[in-house]
Amino acid sequence: MPSERTYAMGALFGPAKFDIGQFTPHAGRLRMRVVEVGPGFATLSLPYHEELVGDPQRGVVFGGVITTLIDQASGLAVACAMEELQAIATIDLRVDYLRAAEPGRDLFARAECYKLGHNVAFVRATAWDEDPGDPFAGCLGTFMIGANTGGSPFGGLKSPPEGTEP
Amino acid sequence: MNRLVAAVPYARVLGMDVVTTDGGIECVLPFDPALIGNTRLPAIHGGVIGSFLEMTALLRLIDESGLDKVPRPISFTIDYLRSAGPRETRAQAEIFKLGRRISHVRVIAWQDERDRPVAAANGKFLMA
Repeated sequence: MPSERTYAMGALFGPAKFDIGQFTPHAGRLRMRVVEVGPGFATLSLPYHEELVGDPQRGVVFGGVITTLIDQASGLAVACAMEELQAIATIDLRVDYLRAAEPGRDLFARAECYKLGHNVAFVRATAWDEDPGDPFAGCLGTFMIGANTGGSPFGGLKSPPEGTEP
Repeated sequence: MNRLVAAVPYARVLGMDVVTTDGGIECVLPFDPALIGNTRLPAIHGGVIGSFLEMTALLRLIDESGLDKVPRPISFTIDYLRSAGPRETRAQAEIFKLGRRISHVRVIAWQDERDRPVAAANGKFLMA
């Protein structure tokens, strides 16, 4: 990408400058946090806690929690690839569970928007618990751009929320 | 089945229930503001819908196989067909192959009408 490209979310690039839970109630409910965002990428963390467990015998985090973390990171990565912020909706996600996440360890996911088209954005993501080189999940996702008239929840990062809902 | 759901912490976070119908078990996800992903629509978080579908697939597999441990997901693919509004969501799973090692499951979730699904998923699970 040419270096003169400007990004709608550019002012927020770098280590976390905002709270994702403020815009996404469920991310807040899970205590998800932004680690870093930059041009077309986002890294999020999710602290391990007992509520996330899907297999009580082994203490392993439920697969769907990883889907939630990756979906959130992927949507944010798409927003971070845009010159002008538009609404984003997930079209599909395929999550490969490479191994079980280690019980007790915090989870991380990094998503990269490797193609931003006019209508569709393509994202790849990985999730890990200790070493980014040893991920426990991989994901490919596609996102619709300008999906609805409701606007992006990240719009609040740049401007005050709209007074009235449509 | 509801005892199993009560034993899984994340299923309790979602607040889901299981009911038995003619077509097998059906899962119910009551609306809760903590499940919202996009406040402007508002819409339930895609990850919540994905989790609900995956849990429905797992419960169906456990119900059919009689396994005493939780099958492990290998891959799970979710198609988001419509935005899921702030109301009750239901899901039902169909097993395409119940294997000794790998099982294939398809799941759909809907809100108002079953033939207008909000999401569909396809999962492979390791049974061993």
